[in-house]
Amino acid sequence: MDPDVINLLYIVAFILFISGLAQLRNPTSAVRGNRTAAVGMAIAVVATLLRDETGDWALIALGIVIGTVIGVPAARNVKMTAMPQMVALFNGVGGGAIALIAWVEFRDRGGDLTELETGIPLVFAAIIGSISFWGSNVAFGKLQELISGRPMKIPGGVFINGGLLAIAVAAGVAICAGSESQGLFIVLLVAAGLLGILAVLPIGGADMPVVISTLNAFTGLSAAAAGVALDNTALIVAGMLVGASGTILTDQMAKAMNRSIASVLLGGFGGAAPEVGGAGGADDGRIVRSTSAADAAIQLAYARKVVVVPGYGMAVAQAQHAVREMAKALENRGVEVSYAIHPVAGRMPGHMNVLLAEADVPYDQLKEMDDANPEFSRTDVSLVIGANDVTNPDARAKADSPIYGMPILNVDESRSVIVLKRSMSSGFAGIDNPLFYNEKTAMLFGDAKSSVSEITGELGEL
Amino acid sequence: MDIVTELAIVVLAGFVGFLVISKVPNTLHTPLMSGTNAIHGIVLLGGLILIGEATGFLNDLLLVIAIAFGTINVVGGFLVTDRMLEMFKGRKREKAEES
Repeated sequence: MDPDVINLLYIVAFILFISGLAQLRNPTSAVRGNRTAAVGMAIAVVATLLRDETGDWALIALGIVIGTVIGVPAARNVKMTAMPQMVALFNGVGGGAIALIAWVEFRDRGGDLTELETGIPLVFAAIIGSISFWGSNVAFGKLQELISGRPMKIPGGVFINGGLLAIAVAAGVAICAGSESQGLFIVLLVAAGLLGILAVLPIGGADMPVVISTLNAFTGLSAAAAGVALDNTALIVAGMLVGASGTILTDQMAKAMNRSIASVLLGGFGGAAPEVGGAGGADDGRIVRSTSAADAAIQLAYARKVVVVPGYGMAVAQAQHAVREMAKALENRGVEVSYAIHPVAGRMPGHMNVLLAEADVPYDQLKEMDDANPEFSRTDVSLVIGANDVTNPDARAKADSPIYGMPILNVDESRSVIVLKRSMSSGFAGIDNPLFYNEKTAMLFGDAKSSVSEITGELGEL
Repeated sequence: MDIVTELAIVVLAGFVGFLVISKVPNTLHTPLMSGTNAIHGIVLLGGLILIGEATGFLNDLLLVIAIAFGTINVVGGFLVTDRMLEMFKGRKREKAEES
């Protein structure tokens, strides 16, 4: 096929990518936007296959079939609660593909990358791709709780990471300067991979969305770099679109959590959190009041206004449908029910909205933080279901708390609070929550789903 | 292609990316991240281009893995985003009128 036709098809794909992204900004057009971008991708793939140079059809088919057989069921069957780690995994394989492509291009050229306009972007793509692959896998492991989600402190971590980056860059420079050693290229990939692992490992699970979003932008940039090396405009444009929009998205997410990107990536909650989290002794002398489902039901039934504060615990227990049932029972009794959604409730901004939408919660009952906070002083009962750090008053009051300054839901301003929780263990950020010791607070221990169902049952008997 | 032309494309595409995602409601952060994530699956094209040129078992093996990875990224990414967004459908009218 004429290369001009292929490039024209690429241009059609760009238009679809850009308009798809623009539509993704708005809730009503987002579904269409995603599909528009997907059509753009299909066109770009077909255009590439139409190139005269395309060969090895059997191997292409093999790769695409393997990818489809793995990717489709994974995307279809993943639970909505596990969505963040799925995105991390998809991002990781993208980065891995770039690193592998860069490696093959290096081998294909017999190791000669002295042509700098190819060599530099290729080395860049290999380093970032490898960081993204391994870093995303660690992020997946943390969110899936295969690796502890707690922040870990690696002694001298900054120096180790700096050293690894220096090794990867030095190897890259040597390769561009004329070294044709494949061993050196492998050193580059391994050093970058270790850097990805060690950079993500110390970061606490609560910061993981920012990490995934950063790695997402990285993968985009390395795709663009690979595009420069391979002289392919589709890779350049799509890669840069993701690199740029991913950077903005990372920034907005970090702002929603009141964290700077730098402080997340340079150790995050790591510094102070472990000592605070481990300070079980500090709980002495403070009283935790526990309640029963029957008492909670009475309290809720005679309230005028109830605000549900859902957190990741609700999502893990798959309690969203049970919560919806309970809310219906309360509404039938004339209680006003709404949901206060913290920007980072769940494990990613917007995650909780997805989960509640799945349970058919009417959209107008979902209140974002800024709308929800003024309402708490008029609320009779706040029902905190599996949320912890986002309700922690320390974020407002205690300057030495690791989450100090994070915007929170002012649950403690409501007349009474019922907290549904499995145990007294601390939240994802690994810190203590004084809300639980507040005299207005009653704790209902147990699995969120069964607790909520019990409350609904008790409501029926009142 | 000329390296300067390519850099021009890099810069312009970057600006478009910045502008197109200027302000997104928190609600859509997760789907948007997932959607952009699917788009960088475009690296699949790199595998498709190289596999015709490269020879030898190891090169072919690496590229088949790269193509499979890229396909997972694209297909999985778009599907998972679609599933997320489907849940918002029909319940977002108020929100849309607001913005």
